[in-house]
Amino acid sequence: MVESPIWRPDERAGLRLRSLYHRHGYLPYRMSKFEPYDLYVRNKNFLVSEKILTFTDTDGRLMALKPDVTLSIVKNAQPPAGALEKVYYSEYVYRTSPASVGYREIMQTGLECIGSLDLAATGEVLALAAESLAQLGGGEYLLDLGHMGLVSSLLEGLAGDTAASLLAELGRKNTGAIRQLCAQSGVAHSLADRLCRLAQLYGLPAQVLPELEGLAQGAQGRAALEELEGLCAVLEQLGLLEGLRLDFSIVNDMRYYNGIIFRGYLPGLASGVLAGGRYDNLLHRMGKAGGAVGFAVYLDQLERLEDGGAYDVDVLLLYGPGDSPAAVAGRAGGLLAQGKSVRTEREAPQGLRWRELIRFGEGE
Amino acid sequence: MDRMMNIALPKGRLGEKVYQRLKAAGYPCPSIEEENRRLIFENPEAGVRYFWVKPSDVAIYVERGAADVGVAGKDILLEYSPDVYELADLGLGKCRMCVAARREFRDRPDRVLRVATKFPQIAARYYGSLSRDIDIIKLNGSIEIAPILGLSDVIVDIVETGKTLLENGLEPRETIVPISARLIANKVSYKFKHQQIAELCGRVEA
Repeated sequence: MVESPIWRPDERAGLRLRSLYHRHGYLPYRMSKFEPYDLYVRNKNFLVSEKILTFTDTDGRLMALKPDVTLSIVKNAQPPAGALEKVYYSEYVYRTSPASVGYREIMQTGLECIGSLDLAATGEVLALAAESLAQLGGGEYLLDLGHMGLVSSLLEGLAGDTAASLLAELGRKNTGAIRQLCAQSGVAHSLADRLCRLAQLYGLPAQVLPELEGLAQGAQGRAALEELEGLCAVLEQLGLLEGLRLDFSIVNDMRYYNGIIFRGYLPGLASGVLAGGRYDNLLHRMGKAGGAVGFAVYLDQLERLEDGGAYDVDVLLLYGPGDSPAAVAGRAGGLLAQGKSVRTEREAPQGLRWRELIRFGEGE
Repeated sequence: MDRMMNIALPKGRLGEKVYQRLKAAGYPCPSIEEENRRLIFENPEAGVRYFWVKPSDVAIYVERGAADVGVAGKDILLEYSPDVYELADLGLGKCRMCVAARREFRDRPDRVLRVATKFPQIAARYYGSLSRDIDIIKLNGSIEIAPILGLSDVIVDIVETGKTLLENGLEPRETIVPISARLIANKVSYKFKHQQIAELCGRVEA
């Protein structure tokens, strides 16, 4: 693929990612900018932010500028029995973020894999997440992997609001609050210890997996651990293990997410650029069978990683009032033919950075 | 990437105490102890860069990654719910978030309760949990005079010794939540500087 400096960081990254997904046989998915508001309001908790930009369509229906792509894809997904639907997309979404004021337009690229999922398919999605990060960060990245099945196996049997509060504190790695909540709700000490240990775990699979042996509980916990081991084996095979970290403070709404859950980070960016996970429960809520896993990459932050280059143009061509316009145009054309970018001016514009200054008529 | 650890400290008495704790834990910075008006201080040997910010802004600096770690009161964390890790309770700056009222005030549950506070989220959540209909009056300081002037029925504010309340004819009625200083970390820094942050956390907690 030919890359050019005129591409913005998000455009360049979007094209690279789409090409990566395309090469793995994922098909492009195009969608309209708007969806009926109804779709989002029914699944509010699935969204990053509950605030949605709405307007009334010409037929009086309340519409929304899409705050999310996954919901639309899942709504329309029809994977053939026993097979998979693999799609990728690149779309603008509109939503607020907790740390900023007002709505923002965010370029989001991602993929979804829906249908009869197995470890191979899940492993492929996780590997593509790792490769996406490697493409964006020039190699240096971290992909954090957690598992909702493992976390919920520990919280099983607890009252709904206690479980939800513990989940939130797990997300903050706040062991003090976990102990306090457990003591208040009469949760066994041994379980409080396990939850605290789980909150503190962070590291390479080789370090963390052995510790999980003692933490995974019941059939669900064991199955989750086996899945994690299987996924780590897939990533190891592809040489992608170095950037992988296990972290069980990545949690999300249990009403939608049930299996692996992951986040991607690049050095120098203060928040994650990639988020994904397994969301069979969303699929089931929409009356569909099977499993679904996918991720989204947020491209809006990438401009922070670029310094914009040292120069705006290769050549600043200055001419005087007496110079012939045709001759100036001809000179500029000659420079352009050499593959240089040229800015033609009578005076050097303020703030412009150029590699070479040429005064028309000089040095000919 | 910057290998120094950026630490946001809350300006004021609490920040001084926190710095002393960090110094004792092996993160001294001699230049910070000099009397001057600078806001940023570095000690490359200890691998730390400290800066003073307004206490209510610490969470913002950490959430947005300008600081890798910081120290903020639990009141700030409850009010703004920043997306950060809360790694340790430092046990410093202990106080409580309280409902206070004039001594003679009698609450009438059949009326909307007027609540003056610097912490509208905390107040709304607390009264929401009691299903009480309230009218929140957001103030930025001198909360104690609101009930005296009839601006509000009660206040929701931080109470340390209760002396200010007492001097203004007020008394604490209910404790909403105990408050203390917490060590918080940016989620991404926690990952890329994991060893440094985990070590700092272990040292200050002990």
